[in-house]
Amino acid sequence: MGDEGIPSRDAVFAAHSLTVRFGGITALDAVSFEIASGEVLGIIGPNGAGKTTLFNVICGFVQPQSGALEWKGRTLTKVRTDRLARIGIARTLQGVGLFPRLSALENVMVGAQRFRGVGVASALLGLPRSDRDERALRKRALATMRDLECEDVADRLPQTLAFPVQKRVALARALVGEPQLLLLDEPAGGLGVDEVRELGERIHALRGSMAVMLVEHRMDLVMSACDRVVVLDFGRVIAQGDPETVKRDPQVLEAYLGREAGESVASAAAREDT
Amino acid sequence: MTRFIDLTLNGISTGAVYAAVALALVLTWRATRIVNFAQGGMLMITTFIASSVISTSGSYWLGFAVALVCGLVLGAVVERALMRRVESGAPLNAVIVALGLLILLQALAGMIWGNTPRSFPPAFSIRGYDVGGTHVLFAPNDTFTVLVVIGVAAGLAALFRGTTIGLKMRAAAFQPEVARMLGVRVGRMFTLGWALAALVGSLAGLLVAPAVFVGPNQFDPILIFGFTAAVLGGLDSPVGAVVGGVALGLVLSYVSGYEGASLVTLAALVILIAVLMIRPGGLFSSTQERRV
Repeated sequence: MGDEGIPSRDAVFAAHSLTVRFGGITALDAVSFEIASGEVLGIIGPNGAGKTTLFNVICGFVQPQSGALEWKGRTLTKVRTDRLARIGIARTLQGVGLFPRLSALENVMVGAQRFRGVGVASALLGLPRSDRDERALRKRALATMRDLECEDVADRLPQTLAFPVQKRVALARALVGEPQLLLLDEPAGGLGVDEVRELGERIHALRGSMAVMLVEHRMDLVMSACDRVVVLDFGRVIAQGDPETVKRDPQVLEAYLGREAGESVASAAAREDT
Repeated sequence: MTRFIDLTLNGISTGAVYAAVALALVLTWRATRIVNFAQGGMLMITTFIASSVISTSGSYWLGFAVALVCGLVLGAVVERALMRRVESGAPLNAVIVALGLLILLQALAGMIWGNTPRSFPPAFSIRGYDVGGTHVLFAPNDTFTVLVVIGVAAGLAALFRGTTIGLKMRAAAFQPEVARMLGVRVGRMFTLGWALAALVGSLAGLLVAPAVFVGPNQFDPILIFGFTAAVLGGLDSPVGAVVGGVALGLVLSYVSGYEGASLVTLAALVILIAVLMIRPGGLFSSTQERRV
């Protein structure tokens, strides 16, 4: 377990024995993993296993007690949340997390901020350059919305949109910054079967152009979309590997189903194999 | 009838000033969800500075410009040095800090410039326009006031709706954490919001000073009127602030003209309480869910 897997030089992002404690609770316990450029990595585990905490550490919302993050071969000593977009990391939130009272297009435009080139002063003075800047962002945002088939709702407010459409707008907001690492926090939550299948195809299409970390409860999506899976339980990595292997790992089954059920399912799976 | 026209014209020009104060309050509210009770003290300081510059240099417009720049800087400094520490805490903390700052600024002004109110020159003539042989209660200086406030409101609308910096300010105000994650320098947006608000506030001070004189406590009623106008407009909307300001100006002008000037402050407070009780979201609010 631990640090085996793909060789280090391919890894675009890595966590080295991250530990996070909240009071007496250890939310993450020496968690290590790597993700290669263009790879889709699933992070799964029962409720409270530490999946969202892991994302919060990467985003700088939570400071780890020990351990380090590595981004493109360099150690991130302290993650500054407002630098994430610039270094190429984007995240979608559980639920939706769109800005209320900003149109769908404006929401996506905020995600494209890292392409802006104009300072406060010239924007305030309404200089022509800031106007061009605004138009360029708008164009870029619209193009991303077209890719995600939500261009037609550009001028609507998020709260007036159907939930799956809101989710697509939120994904557009994360993708418009052209991240190299995309963190998806339960992207399938609240979606129907068809929409989940569509989402799986989208994630599949992203493979190659960026690394994706996927926290998800919907196993159908995890199994179809991920190249590798890391399983957390009580803050520890209990298994990692390709989805098929992980699915049959007795420890994983135990974590999900309880000891006895786990054993029987594992043996059933073993019988299936032969 | 001429009296009604006079009162209406007077209401529009005083309403424009209330609108400017309301805009300043709305800007800080939008940026950081803080009602800046120190706004009256801040615009009092910048108007005193303008008064000093005008009396030493003899140039009204130099004093005008200096006051606006001082407003911008004062707003930024107050946000960075004081409000930044209480922005994320309980709302009451920010209220107390703002009230403390107000008292501090009033005491400082008294020490530096004295407590006797001093006169302040208007930008243009305050002699009413001559319409068919009689002077109406609306002068070139009132035209200037109304045009300036319309210009400021239009400029703010363009900033918020049409520029990326305005977009970032709105995003930072609604969901700071998410905005930060997308690369918005949220702290800077807060500072900018306060600086802009104080700039608009200092403008309001300059516009109203000829009528109320300059003194440590001379602007207190204006702040009450401005706050009432902002609440009328919903505290969140620049357009609402302007409409609220003019509506309040008209009502108070009629109250003053028909019922007596002594009732003006009382009328403003009655309106404020009534709006807060009946439509806490402002007159123009659509029904929104209340977060408990």
